Amino acid sequence: MKNIIEAVTRACADLDEVRIMEVCGTHTVSLFRSGIRSVLPPGVRLVSGPGCPVCVTSQGYIDAVIEVSARPGVTLCTYGDMVRVPGRTGSLEAHRGRGARIEVCYSVLDALRRAEENPGEEVVFVAVGFETTAPATALAVLEADRKGLGNFTILNGHKRVMPALRALLAGSDLPLDGFLLPGHVSVIIGSGAYRDLVDRYHKACVVAGFEAEQLLEGILALVNQMARGTPALENVYGVAVSPEGNTQALDCLDRVFEPVDTVWRAMGTIPESGFALRAAFDRFDAEKRFGLVQGEDTHPPGCRCGEVIQGRAEPRDCTLFGEACTFENPVGPCMVSSEGTCAAWYRYGGVR
Amino acid sequence: MLRGTGTAVSGEMRNTMKTRADDHVMLVHGGGGEMTRRFLDAHVLPGLANEFLDPLLDSAVLPPVEGSLCMTTDAFVVQPLEFPGGDIGRLAVCGTINDLAVMGARPLALSLALVMEEGLPLAVLDRVMASIAGAAGEAGTPVVTGDTKVVERNRGDGLLITTAGLGVLDEGPRLAPGRIEAGDEILVTGPIAEHGLAVMVAREGLGITSRLESDAAPLAGLVEAMVSSGGEVKFLRDPTRGGVAGVVADLVEDTGLGVEIEEEALPVPAPVRHAAELLGLDPLTVANEGKIVVVAAKGAGERVLEACHAHPRGKGAVRIGRMVRAEPPLAELITSIGGRRIIQRPYGEELPRIC
Repeated sequence: MKNIIEAVTRACADLDEVRIMEVCGTHTVSLFRSGIRSVLPPGVRLVSGPGCPVCVTSQGYIDAVIEVSARPGVTLCTYGDMVRVPGRTGSLEAHRGRGARIEVCYSVLDALRRAEENPGEEVVFVAVGFETTAPATALAVLEADRKGLGNFTILNGHKRVMPALRALLAGSDLPLDGFLLPGHVSVIIGSGAYRDLVDRYHKACVVAGFEAEQLLEGILALVNQMARGTPALENVYGVAVSPEGNTQALDCLDRVFEPVDTVWRAMGTIPESGFALRAAFDRFDAEKRFGLVQGEDTHPPGCRCGEVIQGRAEPRDCTLFGEACTFENPVGPCMVSSEGTCAAWYRYGGVR
Repeated sequence: MLRGTGTAVSGEMRNTMKTRADDHVMLVHGGGGEMTRRFLDAHVLPGLANEFLDPLLDSAVLPPVEGSLCMTTDAFVVQPLEFPGGDIGRLAVCGTINDLAVMGARPLALSLALVMEEGLPLAVLDRVMASIAGAAGEAGTPVVTGDTKVVERNRGDGLLITTAGLGVLDEGPRLAPGRIEAGDEILVTGPIAEHGLAVMVAREGLGITSRLESDAAPLAGLVEAMVSSGGEVKFLRDPTRGGVAGVVADLVEDTGLGVEIEEEALPVPAPVRHAAELLGLDPLTVANEGKIVVVAAKGAGERVLEACHAHPRGKGAVRIGRMVRAEPPLAELITSIGGRRIIQRPYGEELPRIC
């Protein structure tokens, strides 16, 4: 791996500062955990993108999650990351302490099974995540439909990666030379999905895996492109990612969901960036079943999570970071999620 | 969700409870009358017999000892009750013995309190009791007193156990962070993160067919071997909840020195690494129940390691890092690519109810 680090350093010798956005929260964490940031030449700046599922959800969605957890008869099933996200009336963790039924699960299928085994409960699944988790939710909805389950719904917060990246770049002043693209999402949507980023926006693009060596290979491919001055779409994670993606998963997504405009934290409404349940699956929509209304995307005063997920600020630019906002006592979602940029800085990078 | 391959009290089990009540713990077993006596004789006492327990008096009477007494207590609420490599009983014995052992104390006696939920299958109780007897026998530490209670259905969680331990501390330098200096060596007595992940995998029923097993084991013998190895041992701690990360964070706080851990040197077996990746956990933060983090004086590590390797519970012992002078003092991991990152103790709920 030393060779790769040296090659990166050589490639950067003639470059000014280059700015690479790692889109995926798992990449952010991996870059810290493996110590890669500390061995890169100083001219390589890694900035985080909108790829942490919890961090990009709007405050309105989070408040709706908390609201539904308090409804009588409801058991809320959620991925662990959502449990500590602060809402206007406290986090799910706090509400669980006050008696709300909240179960942490690793898969939407756990929630489905719970609904089947407990017909007296209203099981609501907190459906967040990108194209990585959305196919599993789609599958669960199809299963619930097949089994005629009347007590299973999803509170749908699923999002699509590409529309957000386009929105970041469209008419933007964001200085960015390339993208380190997410391995897991790309397994589903295929590396071909990013073509636009090269053709229209002339950014260097590399799909990479999550191990330290894979990440370094990805960064090397990016700086080589930059040194040559020719942006291209490369895939150094060919073991798992094909150009066309997983067509079965994509079909499943298409059967259950349709693209819809949706609100991202601090980024506003992005066209066709969400997944809406198709009309045939209306009865699995928790918003409709419980008459939930997603409120405004308001933010805690001083919190800059919205800028952090757009690569416009680093955690240390935020005056709350490490002071009023800590891992033990988080203010914004980027400090809560295990994939959050602020959490990664705080846990692995130090508060300096 | 309690959907493990182990023994949580599942819906299915609750149904069997209704039909064959005599195979299950009943409220009457905790009533204090004749039924309680019969229940104890049949299910609790058989494996535990020893001269201090057998009179069944209100307190056990122990012979006088020389040295300072150490006392500790621990409550165990793990779910599922049984998991690969152990169960709540083995854990309850090992956890308390190890809390004495890492102080440098010789464990003398244990107490045992069982809170059983009405409907707990007697077969489960029998297995847990056998494993309590087995672990106490392995450690050579008798259970000298105890108590049992039965709570109504849905008021317990199958079985909750509390143990207390009494130990004796011989004269001599105490094991404490106060004597730690820059340059001292940090060792761990074997592969890490096995217990927490074994329980987690069993609980979540992740469908991983793994060879992950809890490492729960009594370690007083291993401590004895290390302390008498001739290499100076300054500090011991069992990295249970919070894992190795928690212990090194404590070391930094207690000494004002920095810690450097070599990622390459950390003993993380492949099944552990894979399960941790799947669950999104850092093996450094995952609990162990049969390992010790050791701080040995600079240059003494080798002798301590040799003593470990000669003991059945220390075969996998390795040096993982060192104490360093650093400003500000931090616990840092030197990663396999030569980078650095901070090691912090986990927030708190990464693995609920693993002990």
